[in-house]
Amino acid sequence: MYSKGLKPLSIATVVLMGASLALVFFYAPNDADQGFVQKIFYVHVPLAIVALGGFVAGGIFAIQNLRTGDRSWDARSYVAIHMSIIFGVVVLITGSIWARAAWGHWWVWDEPVLVSFLVVFLLYCVYYPLRFSIEDPDRQARYSSVFAIAAGAFVPINFAAVRMAEAFTHPRVLSQTGGSMPGDMRMTFFVCIAAVALLFITMWKLELTAKNASMQLKRLRRRLEAEAA
Amino acid sequence: MPALPLDEAGKYVAGAYVVFFTLIVLYMAIIGAKIARIDGELSELNELAEKGERQPEPDGEPVA
Repeated sequence: MYSKGLKPLSIATVVLMGASLALVFFYAPNDADQGFVQKIFYVHVPLAIVALGGFVAGGIFAIQNLRTGDRSWDARSYVAIHMSIIFGVVVLITGSIWARAAWGHWWVWDEPVLVSFLVVFLLYCVYYPLRFSIEDPDRQARYSSVFAIAAGAFVPINFAAVRMAEAFTHPRVLSQTGGSMPGDMRMTFFVCIAAVALLFITMWKLELTAKNASMQLKRLRRRLEAEAA
Repeated sequence: MPALPLDEAGKYVAGAYVVFFTLIVLYMAIIGAKIARIDGELSELNELAEKGERQPEPDGEPVA
């Protein structure tokens, strides 16, 4: 069910990941201001964008779950949020490493982009206790969907609020004028986003396939045991 | 802050990329373990199904 197209997707992910690494280290020039340390940008920013996109996708799947009552949409929503949280951990760690190298501090509390990402991340950490504190599967899917929709709507609002904030110590990557990156850096950056997005989709499909197989096995075991009894 | 020299910056860049690739390797290990568990359960169920097939049908009442 979920494993359809997984093989070509995995191959495309590996190829694009390899290409993006080659572009980062052999094609994109060093940043005039930050030097070599700016290479962290090519892993940190795409991960952050894809993680936030995953949270929004989780909300959209949750809407589908509430509309149709089909619990497979809840599974899609749960796995998207789960993957985004894993990506979020890496965003926070790589961001801290970059902050230490560029600003001399592991964390800067007066930087709206960092703090807002942490707020979104902590908000989604609440999703697990909420979800797993409900035993009834239908109620669990319904309540988790409501949370995923509300939190998913918060993500773009939060993003817009940060854009409107005045302090811009954190570099702006995507703007209406295309940012301040030269063409080769921008191209490398977009290839990195595509690679990380494909990685996310591959991991999401893998996780869904494993979960689905596990659930089907449980059902089969129950049936066989009932027949044997 | 001025740009860090390459030997200093290299540590940080390597650190960030190691964290990223550790995530992928860890995830693959977890998924691998899950698939191994599913494979084990599948073999168990296969045995259960075969046992069920091998059991002789209980003799019914003789038809008069």
